[in-house]
Amino acid sequence: MTDLYIARGPRLAARVLASETVILKADDSGLYVLNEVGTLLWGAADGTTPLATIVERVICPQFDVDEASALQDATEFVRELGSHNILSVSDRPMTGPDTAPPAEEAAR
Amino acid sequence: MGLNSKPPGRLAGPGSWPYTPRVIVSPALDVVVDVGDLAVRFITTDAHLAELLQQRYAGFLNSSATSVYEFEVSIVPSGHLNVDADLDVRIVDGCWSLERGDFRAGWNPRTRRGWIQQTVNPYSADSVLRIVHTLLLAPRGGFLLHAASGVRAGRASVFTGPSGMGKTTIARLAPGDVTLLSDEISYVRKVDDAYVAFGTPFAGELGASGEPVSAPVAGIYQLAWGDRHHLERLGTSDAVRALMKNILFFVDDTELAGQLLQTACDVAASVPVYRLTFAPDTAVWDTVA
Repeated sequence: MTDLYIARGPRLAARVLASETVILKADDSGLYVLNEVGTLLWGAADGTTPLATIVERVICPQFDVDEASALQDATEFVRELGSHNILSVSDRPMTGPDTAPPAEEAAR
Repeated sequence: MGLNSKPPGRLAGPGSWPYTPRVIVSPALDVVVDVGDLAVRFITTDAHLAELLQQRYAGFLNSSATSVYEFEVSIVPSGHLNVDADLDVRIVDGCWSLERGDFRAGWNPRTRRGWIQQTVNPYSADSVLRIVHTLLLAPRGGFLLHAASGVRAGRASVFTGPSGMGKTTIARLAPGDVTLLSDEISYVRKVDDAYVAFGTPFAGELGASGEPVSAPVAGIYQLAWGDRHHLERLGTSDAVRALMKNILFFVDDTELAGQLLQTACDVAASVPVYRLTFAPDTAVWDTVA
């Protein structure tokens, strides 16, 4: 399977509430709430770490799931968020201002 | 009769008598509207508009307040505006631009000064006022919310929901000891460490302003129709969702969105937010207050 790279989309405001993440799209005021697993993926979406590595290092140690299943679920999840422009999904590493964590989260 | 024959100081012909130089000056009229302890000053030379605004915002006028925003309002004939235009809000080079069928407006958030060109009506300034307050409130930990609200025994209850979910009904059902803050647009902001609801002049179907009072928010209720009264406390993320769906938000600005989301999260963490299923009878107020 080709490596996927994920980065946070532009023009979003996000806040972590306990184990969930609330994301507001400035463009259309769309509101999205990520559950605990989604929050972990969101937190690790740095544009440079392969999704498979994120799953292996971040997801699998915390949940009773095999890597193949977790990667499949994660891939579907990031593609769905990608369709809403919440995540940028690419088969190449991404760099640039849009891939940096929002300042308010980076400060936490 | 030659000019030389004019009596000194008198004008020949059918002019005014005695002759005095005159200039007609339209005095600038101030209307200072104070909502949530944040005053916005409208300056106009049109006495009719000033009177309309004074009537519209009776109870919220405070000529001695220091204004945090000032708008010069000029009147233009309706033919100068695109009367069919929907509200269009833009930010260009940091300055706000608004246009709707009945008005154009612009302002600079840095100088806090702006202008409005409108027909003679009290509603154009009202639209500007609502949007300006969303901007004033965002960095102050506050927001305007699609909600009815009222004060009972010194505590405010805020009932939020989109059109058709019962805001006006809740306001109509308010017992006599409830002071209504609004039947349509509620005003919430942080004062010291507490979230406080303020009365607003932004009326909904009841067509009446709220009262210019304030009280700490005891609870926020997401409205849903039902055949009996039922109260369910929402978890934090559901509470944030309920708030964000109903916070007035006029423009796709990431910084503003971040401020509002932060405030919604803070409110959800510090004020109980419920889903209130209710039937239209006055006992609903005893369920919440």
